[in-house]
Amino acid sequence: MAELPALPQDFSYSAEHEWVSAEAQAVAGATVRVGITAVAADALGEVVYVDAPAVGTHIIAGETCGEVESTKSVSDIYSPVTGEVTAVNELASATPGILNTDPYGDGWLFEVAVSEAGPLMDAAAYAQANHL
Amino acid sequence: MTQTTPLHTIHRQLGASFTDFGGWDMPLKYGSELAEHRAVREAAGIFDLSHMGEVQVTGPQAGAFLDAAMLATYSTMKVGRAKYGVIVDDDAHIVDDLITYRLDEDDYLVVPNASNAPAVAAVLTERARAFGAGVEVIDKSADIALIAVQGPAAEAILLATQDDGAAGGETAAQQGLRELKYYAWMTLTIAGLDVLVARTGYTGEDGFELYVPAEHAVLLWNALSNEGEALGLQPCGLAARDSLRLEAGMPLYGHELTLETTPYDAGLGRMADAALKNKGDFAARAALEALAGAQPARVLVGLSSDQRRAAREGSTVLAGGQEVGTITSGQPSPTLGRPVALAYVDRAQAEPGTALDVDVRGKGLPFTVVELPFYRRER
Repeated sequence: MAELPALPQDFSYSAEHEWVSAEAQAVAGATVRVGITAVAADALGEVVYVDAPAVGTHIIAGETCGEVESTKSVSDIYSPVTGEVTAVNELASATPGILNTDPYGDGWLFEVAVSEAGPLMDAAAYAQANHL
Repeated sequence: MTQTTPLHTIHRQLGASFTDFGGWDMPLKYGSELAEHRAVREAAGIFDLSHMGEVQVTGPQAGAFLDAAMLATYSTMKVGRAKYGVIVDDDAHIVDDLITYRLDEDDYLVVPNASNAPAVAAVLTERARAFGAGVEVIDKSADIALIAVQGPAAEAILLATQDDGAAGGETAAQQGLRELKYYAWMTLTIAGLDVLVARTGYTGEDGFELYVPAEHAVLLWNALSNEGEALGLQPCGLAARDSLRLEAGMPLYGHELTLETTPYDAGLGRMADAALKNKGDFAARAALEALAGAQPARVLVGLSSDQRRAAREGSTVLAGGQEVGTITSGQPSPTLGRPVALAYVDRAQAEPGTALDVDVRGKGLPFTVVELPFYRRER
């Protein structure tokens, strides 16, 4: 298998394979970016469509807030945090393949002003849970 | 138990992701399935199809037997040619679609889909017993490997394997290959191996399918890969095979063709009508005669959308809020850049240009009935 991009050590991760751009204890009250992990992107295959929540949407940790569609299938995006969407990555909508090539960088999905974090793992725990 | 092909180790070395396909552990993709798809449209791809079955039908009555056992006519096909066809059960339901090669006057090779190979061998064996003397059915699936080279550069790659190093001029084998017709086969020596090379495929591109004894599969794969590298040949998995055949509007057994569908449902009515007109008694004649007059309730059509969301297998097709059909295959077309799908829809909704909706995860998205294939190569 082609090497997956390395997990950023200073991010936190949900069991549903979303990442949050801050360590778990720093998420609540912060404005963070959310994306899907390389594990999820690789399992999906090449992403061809991203349906992210619109700016201003109130999203709830553990609930679906969008969809990611690949050549082979469609997957729900489960919000890893509760809060209000403050920005959406237009680049990901326009060129969805960026979720495969740069899942932790330019392939972010949306930005949230977090009121409450959902259950999140650190990089080591996520790596272990997914045999990385 | 999961089966593997003789090329499984090579796929692992190439870093393939694997998937179960009809009980076989097959490469889904080696890297990017879109890159593999594009390689076949723009250069060439190499596929391991050794999971496909090979059933030899041999004996002085082999041609007459196949005419009686399957839908198409094989006794009049010339040696060196191949034919696409289907085999149906006694109720005219499709057991499989298959390509049949005439290897010699009394010798045919029938190539069913992987998961159907045992069923096809069983039906042919049973029908051979009822047919009588002069024909033998031998399941050679485990002994024969199949490798496909598909794409606009496929011919150049095979020609390169025939380069004898002599300056100028083309060898007889090279000329034969260049002139080989679609749905015809010849034998070539590649890497010292005798290979049956057929100009057939399942991608909508020019290309070849190469049959060798299973023990030589690795040698042939490596020889083709080495020759093809400079011409852009890429190993391709089943993900690309599926998206390529869908763009080419080709049915896949288990999706468009099943034991629930008849040739008349599946757009193969002309094949059935020709059998009724030209052949004497053959399997399912009575059932097909009963179907021939009546129009099927639903027919197979192509659907296309200007939206970005793809219709997927199992999705409901709607007209004015009423269910009028079901998607059998669907995904974003890498070549066309929009979603395409195959579906069975009510005959009244099957005209090209008809606007329909497809329920995509609870939302009705607009699709239009279009002519098949979705993609046709420039010649």
